[in-house]
Amino acid sequence: MRFCAASDQALLVYLGEKIGLPAHQRVLKLLRLLEAKPPEWLRNVQPAYCSLLVAFDACRVGHAEVEAALRKYEQRAEKMRATKRRRVEIPVCYGQEFGPDLNDVAALHRLTPEEVVQRHCSRPYHAYFLGFAPGFAYLGDLPEEIATPRLESLRKQVPAGSVAIAGRQTAVYPFATPGGWRLLGRTPLRLFRGGRKPKPLISIGDEVRFRPISRAEYLNWEKA
Amino acid sequence: MSTLVVEAPGLLTTVQDLGRVGYGALGVSPSGAADPVALRLGNLLVENPVSAAALEMTLLGGSFLFPEGAVIAVTGANFGASLDGRALEMWTPQEVKPGAKLVFGATKNYARCYLAVAGGIRVPPFLGSAATHLMSGLGGFQGRALRRGDVLQIGRPKKRTLPRGVSQAVLLHLKPRKKLRVTDGPQSERFSEEAKRAFFQTVFRVSEASDRLGIRLDGAKFSIAGAGEMITEGVTLGAIQITPSGQPIILGVEQQTTGGYPKIANVIGVDLHRLGQLRPRDEIRFERTSLAVARSLWIEQGRLLSNPTQLFV
Repeated sequence: MRFCAASDQALLVYLGEKIGLPAHQRVLKLLRLLEAKPPEWLRNVQPAYCSLLVAFDACRVGHAEVEAALRKYEQRAEKMRATKRRRVEIPVCYGQEFGPDLNDVAALHRLTPEEVVQRHCSRPYHAYFLGFAPGFAYLGDLPEEIATPRLESLRKQVPAGSVAIAGRQTAVYPFATPGGWRLLGRTPLRLFRGGRKPKPLISIGDEVRFRPISRAEYLNWEKA
Repeated sequence: MSTLVVEAPGLLTTVQDLGRVGYGALGVSPSGAADPVALRLGNLLVENPVSAAALEMTLLGGSFLFPEGAVIAVTGANFGASLDGRALEMWTPQEVKPGAKLVFGATKNYARCYLAVAGGIRVPPFLGSAATHLMSGLGGFQGRALRRGDVLQIGRPKKRTLPRGVSQAVLLHLKPRKKLRVTDGPQSERFSEEAKRAFFQTVFRVSEASDRLGIRLDGAKFSIAGAGEMITEGVTLGAIQITPSGQPIILGVEQQTTGGYPKIANVIGVDLHRLGQLRPRDEIRFERTSLAVARSLWIEQGRLLSNPTQLFV
């Protein structure tokens, strides 16, 4: 456990130095405990791969007090059992206009587009955290054989629902935003619903699988 | 219910409040007014709760009609507001007669001007806040910037005696400044001493490519060679990230919630509202301070902003 001031009102807590499930389990447990029993000074918690960014009310407490409190929380969190993981399945129409980078990714790895799709769907992914934009879940770890660096230049607008990869990560763009990840396909599902009870389709800690669907299925889904 | 009719929206006018804090785990950043101090004071002037929704205008204001009349306050940057052709005084509550027209022009000093209306602007809340999040199209008025012909609902105002205006001493104290105070960023030690010295000596220019997500700075580039690969982590409002091209970006209110670029410094709490008043081509510098100083300034500012006898004349 390592601490570092992020700003005059926020503290970073590092619970590991390597991306993977062991560090993330600790992140998840501490997050759950902070959500269940939020200290009065807590303003926001931003989980990530190995860290939590804890924003606090600086009129009430300083970094030292927050650190001391978080050490106690962490001791209790350690004893918690891992919560059951929710399963989410994402139907994806791969390739064509939905996945403009599928052929390039295939060529880069000397695979056929079908093989890339097969590998992308070959395993369940862990939702490490939501960041970048509302409902944007960082999923990992992508099979090494299709791990691909980001595009050299950003696309000005990636369509909402685009299923993309970057490095050992994969994700679905919830909104039409600029983006530098490589697009393999698109899902007809809505990733983030606004309204009275907003909810992301994928939450931190979920187990996510992708399932290929045909173009006809995609279009039907959109109509429904 | 009273209404506000948008006759001309201006460059970028959105419904904002103090933002939605506490939804980081959903990937949702707070958004809200880029200059929360100006919004807060505007609300206090018309006897609204400090977090009531108001309009935020950017660089060039719009024109608005009040068919049923209203009580308003204009705060933040001076956009040369006029009411039915007569210059309107800022930082003080003003009565608007039914059918009157409020017109704003181009900014005369800073980036953002706020129009607070007694009773507040009424929009359906998203995660407990009226703030518009432009990137995701959530919150505010239909999740977007205002357009010509939009009709906004105004809440029922409280009937109380209004303050006369904000004290000059307070305005001077909270005034935008070109020297922003910062504390060390979480990756400060990854930058060379030379790079850090240059960072504090450079006069930066605010790039045209700046918006509510972030302020891009021109003037010097910083190498992060040797800084090592960084694992993506949560990022704060006011964090100064160095991108792979070496350009610094200060994260704004509609920031991404996580990032993988090293952060050399972080703007302190009492200077965050000043970020919202920076215009493209403005020149700024950074001054290093300690966490302890930053915190005592924050506590002092918090006391000032919640003390009506000190704030108002």
